[in-house]
Amino acid sequence: MFQLEEDAAIRVVNLVKRYGTVTAVAGISFIVPRGSITGLLGGNGAGKTTTIGMLLGLVLPTSGTIEILGVDMVRHRYRVLPYMNFESPYVEMPLRLTVRQNLTIYGRLYGVDDLKTRIAELTQELDLGSFIDRPTGKLSAGQKTRVSLAKALINKPLVLLLDEPTASLDPDTADWVRGHLQTYCQSYGATMLLASHNMAEVERLCDNVLMTRQGRLVDSGSPAELIHRYGRETMEEVFLDVARGQSVQVGS
Amino acid sequence: MMDVTQQPARRLPRLRHATGFSLARVGALVLRYLYLLRASWPRLFDLIYWPTVQLLMWGFLQIYLAQESGTLAQTVGVLLGSALLWDILFRGQLGFTISFLEEMYSRNLGHLMVSPLRPVELIAALMVMSVIRICIGLLPVTLLAWAYFGFNVYSMGLWLVAFFLNLILTSWAVGLFVCGLLLRYGLGAENIAWSLMFLFMPLACVYYPLAVLPGWLQPISMALAPTHVFEGMRSLLLHGVVRPEMMLSALGLNAIYFAIGALSFAWFHRDARRRGQLLSLGE
Repeated sequence: MFQLEEDAAIRVVNLVKRYGTVTAVAGISFIVPRGSITGLLGGNGAGKTTTIGMLLGLVLPTSGTIEILGVDMVRHRYRVLPYMNFESPYVEMPLRLTVRQNLTIYGRLYGVDDLKTRIAELTQELDLGSFIDRPTGKLSAGQKTRVSLAKALINKPLVLLLDEPTASLDPDTADWVRGHLQTYCQSYGATMLLASHNMAEVERLCDNVLMTRQGRLVDSGSPAELIHRYGRETMEEVFLDVARGQSVQVGS
Repeated sequence: MMDVTQQPARRLPRLRHATGFSLARVGALVLRYLYLLRASWPRLFDLIYWPTVQLLMWGFLQIYLAQESGTLAQTVGVLLGSALLWDILFRGQLGFTISFLEEMYSRNLGHLMVSPLRPVELIAALMVMSVIRICIGLLPVTLLAWAYFGFNVYSMGLWLVAFFLNLILTSWAVGLFVCGLLLRYGLGAENIAWSLMFLFMPLACVYYPLAVLPGWLQPISMALAPTHVFEGMRSLLLHGVVRPEMMLSALGLNAIYFAIGALSFAWFHRDARRRGQLLSLGE
């Protein structure tokens, strides 16, 4: 497990989530350093979505603590939510509203100053100009992803949580989205936690990776460290080792 | 390792409306629903269609009763008044709940729940929308009742305001409970949103006086705030007698209902978070 002597954007200690007799998250602890891009990896049922849900305040933990930017998320999440944002292809935006209307509403919800200028910036950065006044439901998957990304960046979040941000995108669009996310984090010093099944994406974007299996954190480190530790060539192979229960603990 | 719990929240940059209740966030959500109404004529049509149908039905019944019996003729204003006030109650709850359902239909609730929008602000926006929806649906219908059937609901003056306030409070209380159910059980509970208010209809003495009910049922009816409103309206229209004590009783009952509605919403919301239901809303 990595122990970074750095300022933490996200600090999770002994986080547990049980649904009746089912344990979805079994006491995980980790830190996401400020300004880093961290990947949260694991197979289906590893507890990634539940963990992200708890980080966002959508799911109440059974026990454990979550601090984001120094704020207790369970007790005071409304203090920190204005500085966070979230993007997932599985959560839609109102389809009948135009892109501009959606961005206006979310900009107002997040209390963005000079909203028109911010929307104009995002329109330019994410190339939304050709469809900014079209209903969101009429857009292609790639265009919708760009709109979701614009919504996620509307408040210039300090912490950005992403759940498979490039799922169902063609390789070109996915590559473009990754590039933009990377640029955003570098430009604003933002912290990003990314759940993904795309190992090439993880290798390209992530400074650190958290490997989970059956609700437990089984390994962590930079992609290069993990590849070296497992004696593999790619993160894909490391992922398969971990998913199949062949994790290698530090020092072993 | 740095202990981030020691970092005070004040280190975060200040944003507008970051803490506390924000009218700006309520306004943002109301704007979202207004955009939706503006973009969809069937939604607007639906707001006006059913109140108009109901008005026409009761209006023509009024004409028939007036022709058949002079005694019954004096009750016709009461029937139209009852129909219009019932629509405030029913449409108020629907306006509250449908706006919430729109978020579930569009699978947008997840985005809202992780935004700075607080549950109390969401509720405030739903209240505003229920009033807007009632106004869109009922204002033209009241004018039609006046122009075509000669019934001026506004002749009740300030008492109409008292009736409206009490009915809208009941509708919000029921709406809060229903939205809590939707949060907890998802769209599986949608039918309750459409039908729950009809539970009130036979017991709240909408179209007939309390005295019609059997003795054992009357205390149950009196425990419903709308009963006091409809009794008060009949007293005003039939006998010209105002019953302020009935409005106060209704207000007291509504305070209890609203507290129960708000507590149940808070409980269902917390239970949905505990069970992880908010991750899979809409299913």
